[in-house]
This record gives sequence, structure tokens and C-alpha cells, in this order.
Amino acid sequence: MPMIQRKQVIPGDVVAKGNYRYGSYIEKRGEEYVALRVGLAEVGRDGIKLNPFTGPYLPRTDDEVIGKVVDINGFGWVIDINSCFDGFLPASFVFGRDFSPATHDLSSKFRVGDILGARIESYERSRDPQLSIRGEGYGKISSGEIVKISPTKVPRVIGRRGTMINLISEKTGCDIRVGQNGVIVVDGSPDGIVEAIKAIRLVEAETHAPDLMSKVEAALGGGVVGGN
Amino acid sequence: MAGTKKLIDENGIRLDGRKWNELRPIKLQVGVMKNADGSAYIEWGKNKIMAAVYGPKEVHPKHQVLPDRALLRCRYHMAPFSVDERKNPAPSRREIEISKVIREALVSAVIVEDYPRTAIEVWVEVLQSDGGSRVAGITAASLALADAGINMRDLVVGCSCGLIGEQVVSDLDDTEDKEGNGDMPVAIMPNLGLVSLLQVDGVYTRENFQKAFELAIEKGKQIYQMQREALTTRFFGGEAQSTEVEEAAE
Repeated sequence: MPMIQRKQVIPGDVVAKGNYRYGSYIEKRGEEYVALRVGLAEVGRDGIKLNPFTGPYLPRTDDEVIGKVVDINGFGWVIDINSCFDGFLPASFVFGRDFSPATHDLSSKFRVGDILGARIESYERSRDPQLSIRGEGYGKISSGEIVKISPTKVPRVIGRRGTMINLISEKTGCDIRVGQNGVIVVDGSPDGIVEAIKAIRLVEAETHAPDLMSKVEAALGGGVVGGN
Repeated sequence: MAGTKKLIDENGIRLDGRKWNELRPIKLQVGVMKNADGSAYIEWGKNKIMAAVYGPKEVHPKHQVLPDRALLRCRYHMAPFSVDERKNPAPSRREIEISKVIREALVSAVIVEDYPRTAIEVWVEVLQSDGGSRVAGITAASLALADAGINMRDLVVGCSCGLIGEQVVSDLDDTEDKEGNGDMPVAIMPNLGLVSLLQVDGVYTRENFQKAFELAIEKGKQIYQMQREALTTRFFGGEAQSTEVEEAAE
């Protein structure tokens, strides 16, 4: 079985022929597997994968996202998750099952404009995504700087098993939280934040450069920036 | 047919020096607008056209929402300064029709089922107009859609052909469009081998129709190569396709 690495494809290109398992952004037409996006395709033992270069964020169940409260209604919070769909965080997920709009005040918990870390509880094509803040680390994010990147570049910013994000975090002494929706919150010393954002922008600009890690490392310099 | 003689001389050379089957020079650029989700710019002869894509985004007004697929909206518009005599900026009958046909040419390539309950907007703005602006608009708009990262079965590429007297010619310019005897804009999806736009005016013999149609497809495939190049330059830095194929150790 031939293996293909980093094949540049545009919509309509045939990635491979034969019989494979295939992931998103690929369509099967008879024997052929066709790319639906601009990106790099890989064919290996575990089938055909396409890493797209651009595209909107579409919610997926269990994604960790960072969003902003844009509206409060009687039953929960409407959250902008940088997607074509608004997320909804039901009040009963926050106050518990005995929630009643008469006794609980939603704005005492989160107000319009608050930034939240949340998880996509459920999403299907017929309904807007439902969010949840159950679990450690979810909920209101009270400090930090927000950086938005293309959602397709999130995996590179995180790096393999989080190596990239750990590198930037260690070098700058910042706390960095990456949402799958392309929203990143960087928190730390002012100098550290500036450096970390620079590094993130570098990853964004040179997403598919070979040996990106060492480039980022060089950009951040040897010493520890801003931290102590 | 007073103008026919002037348009193509006895050596078969057209007014701008092209042979019957030659294209005007084409320049394509992808990702030219920062605030659009996807964009492209095309210069095709004297045409200068910008295409921008926004979305997928929420549909307003809400009653237009399609529960199972995206709503593809398209607007073709000519800037007031795009023609010799100032054009009224209000959408004309012609522009509304071209918007419709561009939408229909693109919608068969876009996988609208992947984006239910959303709207995808395509804006085609003609900054300077020469003949064949609808096919140029389609060519640019499909690049803008690819730039926006919207799932597509194939790119769409347009090219027009026509008649001068009884001679089939490719890629009519403004004068040839107005003075010639027929115009046939065609849009194709080259990998799928499908036609997504076919309009014809003028009177064709069977042979000429066939010849013009086939010429449009042939020229369309040529322009598709330029589209590929424009996308490659934008996303892969113009480097040549470098595919490493290894035989797996088995």
C-alpha cells in the first residue's frame, strides 16, 4: 500500500485510489478519494487524513472552547464561540437540577461580556451546540489577553501532545489556554504576554514550516522571558 | 452585419491581435482582503474583479433559514466607474440575473449540506468591466470559496466563447460581445467533468454550437491550471508539488 505524506491538495484533487478509511474533508467517489479543502493530505496505515489550511470552526462534541457571553435569557446564557452557531449554556447545568428562573439570578453568576472556558456537551446539525462548565478548569476566565487564530491552526499551536504550548508557556512564564474554536487566552506578566502572543502569531504564520518547534524556540530566545 | 469585417481580419487576427482560439491575459490572486473569510482578485483582459466570501454565518432574516443546508447568497455588482458611462449603482435587471446564474454555477460545487442553518455570502464586485465578466466573476468566486475553507466538490471555472460572423472564437471582449453574432458563457467543474452554467445568445449552426461549447471547455481547463497556481501560491508559497511517495515496508 503506497504511503503519501504531505501531499498538497485543493478542492477536487484526487488524494488516493483504492480502499481506505477516510476522515473529514474527504469524499469518496467510486474508487477515488477526493479532497474538499485546501490542505495537506496524508495516506498511511490508519487511512486518509486531510489537514485543512483554512476554514470556519464547526462545533464537535467534547471540544474545549473559549467563548464570550453575549446574551442572558430566562434559561441560560448565549455564548459566542467564534462559530456560525451560538453556544447555549443552560442555567440548570450551573445551578443544578433545582434551578428555577424565579429563585436564581443568572447574572449573579455570569454577565454579558464575561469570558468562559466551556466544553461542548452536545451538538448535532439540527440544533445549536449546548455547552457545559462541569469539570475542572471550566467556567469564568477573569484575567488574561485574548488572541484569535484560525481554528484550523489550533492543533499546531498545541503541538504534538502539547509540546508547542508547553514550550511557549515555559519560556514566557505565561498560562496559556487554547480553545478548539481558535480563541486563546494568555495570562501572565505583561512582557511574557507580549512574547507569548508573538510566538503564537509565528506559529500561525508558519503553520506548516518544517521544524517549527526550533523556530519558535529561537524566537523566544534561550532565557526565561518576563518571569521569575 | 456591418461590424463583422472589422472584428476579425482576413488573416484571422482579431482587433486586439489574438487568433480565434486565444485567451486574453489572466492574472489571479487569492486572499487579497483581510476582513473577508475568503477572497480573490482577477484581472482578465480589461476586467478587474474582486470576489469576497463571508460565512458560514447566521441567516438573517430568520425565515430564510434552510434546516438541512446552507443558504448560498450571491451578489454580482458593477461599480459605477467600471464602465465608460457612469452606471447607476442600484442593481439592474442584468446584475440581478447574473447574480442568480453565478449562484447556480457555484452552488453545485459547494457542499451546502455540510453547513445547515447557515448563510454563505459571495460578493462579486466588478471594478472595471470588459466582456465576459460573469465567467471571470465565477472563476474568482470559486477561488474565494476555497480560500474561505468551505467544503467544495471541485473548483468552478468559467470561460466564454462566441461567434464573429460564422467564425467561432474564444473569450470575447467587450466590443466582440456587442458587435459579434453570438456569446456563450460556460462554467465547468473540470475534475467532475460537469457543466454548471451554459448560456447562449445568437444563432448557431449545430456544428458551430458544438465547436464553441467544446472550445469553451478546453479554454476553461486552461484557466483551471491558473486557478490551481493561484491557490498553490497562496497556501503553499508557490513551491512545486512535492509529494513523497514511499512504498510501505510490507
